[in-house]
This record gives sequence, structure tokens and C-alpha cells, in this order.
Amino acid sequence: MKTSYREALRAALREALQDDPRVFLMGEDVGRYGGSYAVSKGFLEEFGPERIRDAPLSELGFVGAGIGAALGGMRPIVEVMTVNFSLLALDQIVNTASALRHMSGGQFSVPLVIRMASGAGRQLAAQHSHSLECWYAHIPGIKVLAPATVEDARGMLAPALADPDPVIIFEHAQLYNLEGESNHVAPVDISAARVRRTGSDVSLITYGGSLPKALQAAELLAGMGIDAEVVDLRVLRPLDSQSIVASVRKTHRAVVVDEGWRSGSLAAEVMARIVEQAFFDLDAPPARVCSEEVPMPYARHLEEAALPQAAKIVAAARAVMGK
Amino acid sequence: MNPQQISAAVIATLKSIAPEVEADELIADRPLRSQVDLDSMDWLNFLIGLHTALQVDIPEADYARLVTLNDLVGYLQQRCPV
Amino acid sequence: MIDFKLPSLGADMDEGTLLEWLVQPGDEVKRGQVVAIVDTSKTAVDVEIWQAGKVHELIVRPGEKIPVGSVLATLLEPGESVPPTRQAPVVQTIKTEARRRVSPAARKEAETLGVDISLLAGTGPDAAVTLEDVRRAATVKPPVQAPVVASTASAAIDRNAEMRKAIGAAMSRSKREIPHYYLSETIPLRQAGAWLAEQNARRPVTTRLLMAVLQLKAVALATRKFPEMNGFWQDGGFKPAPAAHLGVAIALRQGGLLAPAIHNVAEKTLDQLMSDLTDLVKRVRAGTLRSSEMSDPTLTVTNLGEQGVDAVFGVIYPPQVALVGFGKVRERPWTEAGEVHAIPLVVASLAADHRVSDGHRGALFLAEIHELLQHPERL
Repeated sequence: MKTSYREALRAALREALQDDPRVFLMGEDVGRYGGSYAVSKGFLEEFGPERIRDAPLSELGFVGAGIGAALGGMRPIVEVMTVNFSLLALDQIVNTASALRHMSGGQFSVPLVIRMASGAGRQLAAQHSHSLECWYAHIPGIKVLAPATVEDARGMLAPALADPDPVIIFEHAQLYNLEGESNHVAPVDISAARVRRTGSDVSLITYGGSLPKALQAAELLAGMGIDAEVVDLRVLRPLDSQSIVASVRKTHRAVVVDEGWRSGSLAAEVMARIVEQAFFDLDAPPARVCSEEVPMPYARHLEEAALPQAAKIVAAARAVMGK
Repeated sequence: MNPQQISAAVIATLKSIAPEVEADELIADRPLRSQVDLDSMDWLNFLIGLHTALQVDIPEADYARLVTLNDLVGYLQQRCPV
Repeated sequence: MIDFKLPSLGADMDEGTLLEWLVQPGDEVKRGQVVAIVDTSKTAVDVEIWQAGKVHELIVRPGEKIPVGSVLATLLEPGESVPPTRQAPVVQTIKTEARRRVSPAARKEAETLGVDISLLAGTGPDAAVTLEDVRRAATVKPPVQAPVVASTASAAIDRNAEMRKAIGAAMSRSKREIPHYYLSETIPLRQAGAWLAEQNARRPVTTRLLMAVLQLKAVALATRKFPEMNGFWQDGGFKPAPAAHLGVAIALRQGGLLAPAIHNVAEKTLDQLMSDLTDLVKRVRAGTLRSSEMSDPTLTVTNLGEQGVDAVFGVIYPPQVALVGFGKVRERPWTEAGEVHAIPLVVASLAADHRVSDGHRGALFLAEIHELLQHPERL
């Protein structure tokens, strides 16, 4: 069945709201406005204001309320408009949600799901466009997911809700209109990376909004006689080192594509693990394609220039091939 | 000085410039500089060596007459004191 | 405390073996004093020191091979006393030479397959040896190596082989990096030849001059008007040299060549140059060159005329930016004012670095040498 990423998210949310009375959706503009990216359009009418709750413009407040509800036995889904705004709620997420199980000696758990949009490409400038997934992937006690396919958009919510600990789901803003097959209505795993294209010459390791670019790059590389494998990380915390290393052991070369800034990036962590665990399998220094280290520009041509693009990935892959 | 003594002095001087030279292999009536690969600096040093050893001054104008080992020995014999 | 380091002795030397110390701890040394003898791949070199002081400690021992830049000894500055408790200095063993690039996977595979990676050309990024390079090599049979026999004969062969390797490395680098252009000009030497014959007729054999000295002086004087021929290409730019220290290419009787410098050629008289040149040739042959002569020639002059060739188109010795060649001085027909005369001629040639100069300036430089050689009495 062909559907869009947005529709797949809607279907997953609707299913969760229908199946479990403890589930509710809370966030800025999720009700009357239907969600900033129209994911929850019509839900207010369908499920009522008790379960589709418009929150005031206070991320610190409503994420905290979500944590309280989770502690109280609910299964809240909190939507934060973009990852930029989530920084206002960092204290709640990092100091409270992620740490409570540990600090309470296992007495409390916070079964909270936080959804947020991240990433650039829609001319929303430095206020709305950043990729700070790695900030969250740094924090023990939470899971961080990055669905990059229609299938994952549909299937990741249920296991996230079933998880006893906080789960953050990053929806890349450029993926909402992505079309794809979604045959599996069944939940997917939220533990492993997945090979999206098999190849033997170089591993393109990526996640989220960069996956379509990496796949496009792999097609271009195929035309140049380079057989690229594309690995979708899917789960940014805990990272699936095993799948990364297995791919690099096969291809002996790695290009990590990450829309975050290079310094201290998730790409840096992936490269570190490759070097730690697959050093003697490497046939070339691993390479990275990341965003330029500037606040995301508004002008379209500057924004495009700042982001990883298929052409940059192709160039990096050719360089590690020595071509 | 007899020709043998002069010849020995010439060979000894030559060997100080070009240590790899073997006296037996030199052909006395063939051009010396091409046999031993002496450049003009070597040649000059060779003449300076002869000057020191035999107290003979050889004007530059005479260089052209001194092609073979025989030429040299003959020339030196004429000009050598006693 | 002064660190006395092994100086660079030219583009083709990156390490040396200390043969002998000429000073002991406690000795006072003067600026310019020869304090050690170091063997390079080409020759033994007397290494000078350029700071005065008192030898404190000899760090490198005779027989040790060390890279350029290593601390050989420490000196106390004038007035400095011995530090009371000084830890034994750490011997620098930092290899300045870049490590061969071999991918980790290729290195492991080479070990498994028994392939000698030092023999492989890399095809990977930055010319690194890759897995594929190793696997390809493993399918080709390695050549059978003759056992190495240690003997004096083989040591001599080693020296020749080492020198060939060093010359090869410097000249390969030159041809790879320097965009050479070549020019030549025939220069009549009637006046120079006559002047030289007249001078030498009056001189005893011990003070006679060679044409080579006139040529050297003319080249050095010409660099005053054409500073872009005299200096070094360093760090992506040209650095003109303040004086002309001409490298004189001198062939060794056993093969190979050296091009040590005669310093401040433009400021010296012909007699002084003749005596310097005689001394230099003698010391090249005897293997007693000084480090400053090896390290700082600013422009090389080569004269292949002795071997009878008409002209030489040389390879620039990096980091220098030009090389002037002279062929054989021959008597040839030459026309002047519509008349043909037999006069001595020489072909002067220039190989120069296009990053620094163009053919137009190069041609004017040769013309300047031409002009200078017409007035030997002024040289």
C-alpha cells in the first residue's frame, strides 16, 4: 500500500489512541491547528480535548507535565514543535525523565514518548532547522529513534509506547511528504540499524533526512562503477555498533552522512566506533559528510550549500575509493 | 733525470689526481686526458703536481703539445733541470 | 642551553650517520667551527656549528643514524653554568620522514599473505596501499632476493646505490614539482679567451685561472639584476637569497655528483674564486665537505663542456629555482660585421622554475651573462 510518511505517522498515532486509553497527545498546536506539520489534523474532533491537548508555549512546562503523567500511569505522547524549541525542555528530559529510574533505584520509570521535528531544507532558518539529535543520543536512560522510511514512521510508535523508559522520536521535516510502501502495519524493532541498499565497495552510514540523499548518491555511484551499501541507523541511542561494523567489515570503507554539525557529531561517534572496532578492516580513512558549521541560513541557495547533498556524498565516497 | 724516473713521477702525480689509474693500462702514445678522464681542473692540478715534483713550469701555451704520456715525458725531459 | 641539531644538507638528505666528534664536553666552540663528521648517503660532511658556547653533552654517539633536525649535542651559552640537576636528556627518535601510507586492512592482509608492502605502489586515497594492491601483488610471484653479503666491496656498491637513490629522489621531486623551462644562448668567448691566455701566460701554473671561474663570476653578477634566479622555493612561495652562493656541480670519480656551494661569489675576486674552486674540488674528492657548503647553494652552475657536449639542459636542484649550464668551449665560425671568424664559443643554458620567472626574464638573464663575459677584465 502506497502512503506518505505523514499519513503513516497519523495512522500510528490513531492506532495508539484507539488501542490504549492511557495514551494522549499533548503539545503546541496539536489540537485546533492540527499539528505544525498537520500530523494530528482532525484528531481533536475524533478523540476530544481530554486526549488531544493544546499546550501553552512552554516546553519546560508541558514536557514536565508529560513526565508527571507518565509517572502517574499514563502513556503520554508529547509533541515538541522542533528540536530547537526542545532545548527549553532539556532540564526536564535530561535531569528528570532520563535519570529517574536510576535515581530511584528502579522504583520509578517514565514511559514517555516525545516526538519532535528536526532538520533543515524548508527555509525555516536557524530558529527551526537544526539537527541536534546527537545531544539526546548522548544521554543515558533514553532511547532516540529516527524513522527515515514510511515503514518506520508507521511502525516505531507502538514499540516506543511499550518501552518503559522515555523515547524520543525525531521526524525529519523534509520527510513528511515522502511517499513509500507500507506493507507492514506490524510494529518494527527499535533496536537495530538496517541496510537499505546492499553494496560491496563503500558503506554510506546515515539516518533520518539524509537517508534519501544517501540512496540517491548510491545510485549515482553505481553509474560510476562504485557499489555503495547504505546503512540506516534508525536507532540513534543505543547505537547498533554491530550492524555498522558488519557493513564496514564487508566494504572496508565508510562515509558517515549526518545533517548535524561535524564537531562533536553523531557522525563522530559512528566513526569512533568504526575505528575502535573495525580498524584493521579499514582500507581507507573513514570520511564524513556533515552540515557546514554555521547556523542554518534562510536563503535557499545558502541552505542547500550548508546541507549534506548527494553530490557531496558522491565526492566523499569517491575520495575514500581513491578515485 | 732519466725517462724512467720522469715517467714514474708523472704516473705518481697522475695517481694523486685519479687514484683508480693503473699504470700498466695506460697507452703511452694515445691521448692521456681521454684515457684518464681528466677535466680542466684535474689537468691543472696535475700540472701543479708536476711543477711541485719536478720544479718545471709549463706555460699554458704548451698545453696543446702535451697530448700523450710520451709527449709529456719527452717535454719534461727537455725542461727538467739536470 | 643550546641544542645543536643536525642541519639539512640538501634536498636529497634526510638523515645521516654520525662518524666522529671533533670536540669533547667542556670544549669551547666558535661560530663556524667544524665539530663533527656526519656521513650522508652521498659523502662524509664536516658539520659546522653556528653558535658559540661550551660543549655540555654529546647526545648522539658515533655510528648512530639520526634524522635531520635531531639534537646532536647540547651547549652552554657563554656565561651559562651547568644546571644543578639535569635529567638525562631524552634522545630524539622522532622520525621526520612520513610513514608509508598503508591502509590497516592492507597491512593485515599483507601480513597474512606474506606480501612485502614496501615494494607496492599505492592506488588508494593519498596513494595509500590498499587491500586490492596487496591482493594483486600476492598473485604475482615475488622476485628471489640475493643474500646480502657484508664486505667492503658491497659497502662501496652500497654507497653508489645510496647516492643514486638520493640523486634520484631529489631529481624526481624536481621534475614532479618544478615546472622547468629551458633557454640557451651561444656566447662568443674571444675576449674572455684572449684575456685568460694573456693572464695565464704571466702566471705560474699554481695561480692560473680556468674559464669556469669567469663563468661562475658572470653568473653570480647577473643574479644581482635577476634576483628571481637566485634563491629558494619554500612554503609555496619564492624567497630570494641575499647573496649568490653558487652550487658547483662536481662529478665524483667513482660516479655520482655533488653540488656544494662557493659562498658570496659575486663579491670575490677571480683569484679568490679560483682558489675556492680548487679547494672545493679537492675536498669533494677527498670527502671533507662542510655542512654549510652542502645546505645553502642558492643557484647551481654545471659545466659539462669537459665531456665534450655542446649544451646541457639541467634539472633544477630543489628548493633552488634555476640552474645554469655551460657546454664545451669550441672554436667555431662566427660572423661579425659580415665577416666570418673562427672564435671560441660556448652555449650557456638556463633551466628555470616557471613558478618564479618567465622565459622573457630568463632570456634577459642569459643575455646579461653574455654581456658580462665580453668584459673579462671587469669580472
